[in-house]
Amino acid sequence: MTGIVALYIFMLAAFTGYEVISRVPVILHTPLMSGSNFVHGIVLVGAMVALGSAHTPLEKTIGCLGVLLAAGNAVGGYVVTERMLEMFKSSGARSTQKRKP
Amino acid sequence: MPEWLAPDLAIQGSYFLTAVLFIVGLKRMSSPVSARSGILWAGAGMAVATLITFLYPGMSNYGLILPAMFVGGALAWWSGRRVAMTDMPQMIALYNGMGGGAAAAIAAVELYRGETASYATTTLAVAGGIIGAISFAGSGIAFGKLQGLITRSIRFRGQQVLNLLLLAVTLVLGALVAAHLNASPAVVSSFFVLALVLGLTMTLPIGGADMPVVISLYNALTGLAVGFEGFVLNNAAMIIAGTVVGSAGTLLTQLMARAMNRSLGNVLFSGFGDTGAAATGEVTGSLKPIEASDVGVMMAFAQKVIIVPGYGMAVAQAQHKIWELAQLLIDRGVTVRFAIHPVAGRMPGHMNVLLAEAGVPYDLISDLDEINAEFETADVALIIGANDVVNPVARTDKSSPIYGMPILNADKAKNVIVIKRGKGAGFSGIENALFYLDNTRMLYGDAQKAGAELIQAIKAV
Repeated sequence: MTGIVALYIFMLAAFTGYEVISRVPVILHTPLMSGSNFVHGIVLVGAMVALGSAHTPLEKTIGCLGVLLAAGNAVGGYVVTERMLEMFKSSGARSTQKRKP
Repeated sequence: MPEWLAPDLAIQGSYFLTAVLFIVGLKRMSSPVSARSGILWAGAGMAVATLITFLYPGMSNYGLILPAMFVGGALAWWSGRRVAMTDMPQMIALYNGMGGGAAAAIAAVELYRGETASYATTTLAVAGGIIGAISFAGSGIAFGKLQGLITRSIRFRGQQVLNLLLLAVTLVLGALVAAHLNASPAVVSSFFVLALVLGLTMTLPIGGADMPVVISLYNALTGLAVGFEGFVLNNAAMIIAGTVVGSAGTLLTQLMARAMNRSLGNVLFSGFGDTGAAATGEVTGSLKPIEASDVGVMMAFAQKVIIVPGYGMAVAQAQHKIWELAQLLIDRGVTVRFAIHPVAGRMPGHMNVLLAEAGVPYDLISDLDEINAEFETADVALIIGANDVVNPVARTDKSSPIYGMPILNADKAKNVIVIKRGKGAGFSGIENALFYLDNTRMLYGDAQKAGAELIQAIKAV
């Protein structure tokens, strides 16, 4: 990937993020922040590659820490977002189920 | 670009698919109808990218990768399942900080190795490193503050000068590394340590009321850091996902700061509450308590009741009781509405999530703009653990730190009932003039307990 192509990707991705979120109702702000928090958990892929190519003990230690943190970001982000969005059901679906107090 | 990074078609194709799934997922998450499926789409994208990365050419250390993934993932899974809905904001802060830390770790591995070729690559690694480290340390502080582990906002004279100095030194060290002038382990280490310290000292003075904006900002920063490290590793999935989150998070941060009528610079660089201490003594009048039974009668015979939930409702986990109360009133023919301030609670939409959990339908919940004109026609405004977002001082007192912030006009209602645990000021530390008005009565107690008492009182009518 040449520098200029990377720059194009950066620019288009930035506009995409802006557009995707610009018409979001306030009620979804927290789940969406959580959802975007999950999406940057993709850092896991980078951490895997970094650790996968580490040689010295120092690199390996930091790489391990990176993978551990990144996995936490991805999994934790998914779990809490999923739990929050689980509650956003249509009125029809909601009326049939009993909520715990 | 090192040879082992040479793009393999399957890997590139999978990352492309991941980027598509992420964007579709986020798009679906931005509408209540499809939000649930959105996270599934994004989750599928993450699974695809993670699995294909095991096939990366030249990968080794699987014996380290798998246990680290397992431990991090299992801990996050366990904590994410257990956490109460009310504590979501700090968990998001925590997981976000972990992402920032991971981005900084990638930068550290690349910079310690010191074989990264071009200036552009090292510059991006350094930029992602400093942003990731700040996000990591700052999110940790945000977590500590919201979790109640850090209760004081540490401020002192010359703090901003010190922070600027720290930033300058960190940037100089970063520039040394980026320009290949001195990339010795000592310099790289000092660079990361200083960036972490900067994250701490930047966030410590920020008051709890501003935490939603801060968490959102760090979320955007982590996204940006991930994007930068994506450039370093030549990984398109990281570039696209990180940048999308970076820009979406920036927009979200702006929306939030605007809702509080504060600029981002104001949030980050002004000690919130400093002027509030001076302005407190000026409220006159007295706090007038009331019994739950009287409130029950008042609401049972009202035409219209507007409920204003705040962080107090979240702390007491009172959303189910409050919805039960509202249903009783609706059954009696009372018009009930929920009024949500954009920054009520600790995150935008925090109250909506809690009310959704209790089962309150969307059409009963209104934003500030929709509901504000209706307070004049309401018989009762029931304030549950909300404070700054209903403080009329924001309209009148130019010396107040919250002056100019749009508020819910609860004071315009015929009767105002405030459910509150004690006599303390709000999170911003400002005395609330609403509590001293002639038409205001205080119902002291935990929101859960007060809600139960009100339900009894209305049933008894």
